[in-house]
Amino acid sequence: MSTLFRIILQRLLLGLLTLLIVSIVIFAAVNMLPGDFAEAVLGQGATEEAVTAIRRDLGLDQPPVTRYLEWLGGALQGDLGTSFAKANFASFVGADAGSGLDTVAAQIAPRFANTLFLAGVSAAIAVPVSLILGVLAALYRNTLFDKATNIFTLSAISSPEFFLAYILILFLAVLNPVLPSLSNIYQGMSFAERLDRTLLPALTLTLVVTAHMMRMTRAAIINLLASPYIEMARLKGLSPLRVIVVHALPNALAPIITVIALNLAYLITGVVVVEVVFVYPGIGQLFVDSVKIRDIPVVQASCLIFAGAYILLNLVADIMSILSNPRLRHPK
Amino acid sequence: MSAPLLKIRDLWIEGRSDETWNPIINGVNLDLHRGEVLGLIGESGAGKSTLGLAAMGFTRDGVRIRKGSVEFDGIELVKAPAATRRSLLGKRIAYVAQSAAASFNPAHRLIDQYAEAPVQHGVMGRKESQADAVELYRRLRLPDPEEIGFRYPHQVSGGQLQRAMTAMAMSSRPDLIIFDEPTTALDVTTQIEVLAAIRDIVEQFDTAAIYITHDLAVVAQMADRIKVLLRGDEVEEAETREMLADPKEEYTRSLWAVRAYKRPQKPLVPRGQTPLLRVDGVSASYGRTPVLHNVHFDIHEGRTVAVVGESGSGKSTAARCITGLLPPTEGTIEFMGEALPADYRRRSKDQLRQIQMIYQMADTALNPSKTVAQLIGRPVQFYSGLRGKALRARVDDLLEQIELEPETYRDRLPSELSGGQKQRVGIARALAAEPRFIICDEVTSALDQLVAEGILRLLANLQDKLGLSYMFITHDLATVRAIADEVVVMKEGEVVEQGAKDDMFRPPHHAYTDLLLSSVPEMDPDWLTNLLAERGVGNIGEAATDKM
Repeated sequence: MSTLFRIILQRLLLGLLTLLIVSIVIFAAVNMLPGDFAEAVLGQGATEEAVTAIRRDLGLDQPPVTRYLEWLGGALQGDLGTSFAKANFASFVGADAGSGLDTVAAQIAPRFANTLFLAGVSAAIAVPVSLILGVLAALYRNTLFDKATNIFTLSAISSPEFFLAYILILFLAVLNPVLPSLSNIYQGMSFAERLDRTLLPALTLTLVVTAHMMRMTRAAIINLLASPYIEMARLKGLSPLRVIVVHALPNALAPIITVIALNLAYLITGVVVVEVVFVYPGIGQLFVDSVKIRDIPVVQASCLIFAGAYILLNLVADIMSILSNPRLRHPK
Repeated sequence: MSAPLLKIRDLWIEGRSDETWNPIINGVNLDLHRGEVLGLIGESGAGKSTLGLAAMGFTRDGVRIRKGSVEFDGIELVKAPAATRRSLLGKRIAYVAQSAAASFNPAHRLIDQYAEAPVQHGVMGRKESQADAVELYRRLRLPDPEEIGFRYPHQVSGGQLQRAMTAMAMSSRPDLIIFDEPTTALDVTTQIEVLAAIRDIVEQFDTAAIYITHDLAVVAQMADRIKVLLRGDEVEEAETREMLADPKEEYTRSLWAVRAYKRPQKPLVPRGQTPLLRVDGVSASYGRTPVLHNVHFDIHEGRTVAVVGESGSGKSTAARCITGLLPPTEGTIEFMGEALPADYRRRSKDQLRQIQMIYQMADTALNPSKTVAQLIGRPVQFYSGLRGKALRARVDDLLEQIELEPETYRDRLPSELSGGQKQRVGIARALAAEPRFIICDEVTSALDQLVAEGILRLLANLQDKLGLSYMFITHDLATVRAIADEVVVMKEGEVVEQGAKDDMFRPPHHAYTDLLLSSVPEMDPDWLTNLLAERGVGNIGEAATDKM
């Protein structure tokens, strides 16, 4: 068991190292964005003094390395800084600056929770559907069912997300009004209500991610069908479904888990378009808005969360792949 | 006599390659009665496995039954719906595969795989079947029968897995078992245990069996009758004793004769002569696991030294030390009296050139996307710097040395060669460097006996012509007898005995050498029975625990 523990510990440390490197990249990239917040917010009235004053208040006049270290130090303690956009600038309002301060964390938290909710609902639909479709496609390989499934999922993944979203709105909200076309959820809503409003974007995302997971499931299983132990299972007179589910699937898990993790990460970080179409208040929209107004702390924090989600999910996938290997679970 | 349990009539099977269907089995007939064991022998490509599977009404992907009938206990299997066949497989007909290690599902415990068929077919409940498994494991003399079923396949040794698979085939108490080369992948000492176990259990339950193998001596122990196949055609069939004593057909006689090839031992090298290669007190380890302990042996100019031992005895590790792929932790390798650098990266080009290797699996040792001329030309160019016409001439010359017609074979890809031809290309590639010493690592063990004999003869001719020295790694004592001048016996990383071949095959031996020698099956159908009586059943169990 110690080997397994060592491997997992190693992956964890590597994950942390990756996150550190990513934080440097994020900071550098955000700082290379053209234009700055002071100029953006002051617009036409950007006099030199006003710009300098705001820059000083926000600490933008410090050298980048100092700013990075301060930001990193804060982030490590859970303090992601203060949003520029919601700040009251000391230079303008005098002594009681800070009264209306809005921390990045406070701004991001509800949005991120919404995103996780949407990702969770999508995954709860997409993962079982893909696995079942993948298993069935492997079982009925090269039949009409297999081909139809392939064509359908591939068309879905090849179409732009907003197009899928509008089609679903057309069929499920306009022609047959079963689901709301707007997903403006807010705090205090009941779970059922939230679910109802989230369903349409979740279905759209399901269409987007299913193809990848389903095809990997199918391929990983078919890859194993020529192995001697599958032939053995068939020679035991087992039903084709049992051969695939009990004998092939457990040995095909590692690549499937990896692809599922990649798609879950996509659900958390890549859903801006779908959020915009359904006016869903997720972190994606907040991120795009913040880039537009150069609200650097929010942009940086969002990027860090995205990177963290990617690394965490891949880490979990790695660990689960390792656990799915009986040689590592049960050493000699 | 009552109606046969299995009746195959005029069976034609074909397999698809590219776009055409090629015949695999041509109109074979077969009868098998209850409790009878039929041996099915032939070289690879004879269609033995295909016929064995067809007896279960099963064909692999890309293979189809063109016509004919397979009747099991009055049920026609060829035209039966899949569900009917499934209801028989695993319940009344079972299968034991060649490699138990590959045929057990790595994701499930042995006992769960044992109980699967009986539970799924409703023969008995899970609890009952698992209790039954323990009973059978005990009967097959598996160590720790109460616990062994709860292990995963990778936690159990090869010989034990093969017995566990035989037990699994018995789990529903079938009427018929197909054994497809169940001992081919095993060492001789392990093979005996498995053979004895299979024979016992088949007799106890009065099960009918088809025993497929390419090893005549093995089939002689197991079968009541023998059927010989050649490229899908039946050559002949007879009672075992009759077949052994008096084979009717030319082909059968040629199979019988293969084992007769024996090269006379060369005179011993006078004492004090510097050996070509000296392995001097070499120890080596993989990571922290020691594999070789203080190994000494010499190989003299123009001689063949066979290194024998079971798998895991350190034969191939010794070869890796000699080639410098695995630097030893202690000791040195001397070549022509000079110590070689331990790591191949620190050896000179000329030192590298002198020592070449030929591998067991010519399939994986040749780059599948290069032609024969490229495969052989590459080392020629690397070591001699020849180019253009001179290079081509040298490649043709090498092809002639390995007895392949240059015109025909120069531009072929490995996939267009037979197993024996691929191994010949492997030999030519080693010769291309113009070495004085070649390590042959189990070069014939993946080949049929007739083809293997051709390779052995070729190696012997090349030795006479070019003065080569060979280190011949093998677990097959028949090969040793055929080609070696001296023998080194290894066990668990140590040399237990070494000496001239003729002395080795003459008693008295070291106890382990004796075990190895006496375990090689002989053509006498009573050999196994006598050997078991001689050793006593308990000894076989001990041999089993010894190996863990």
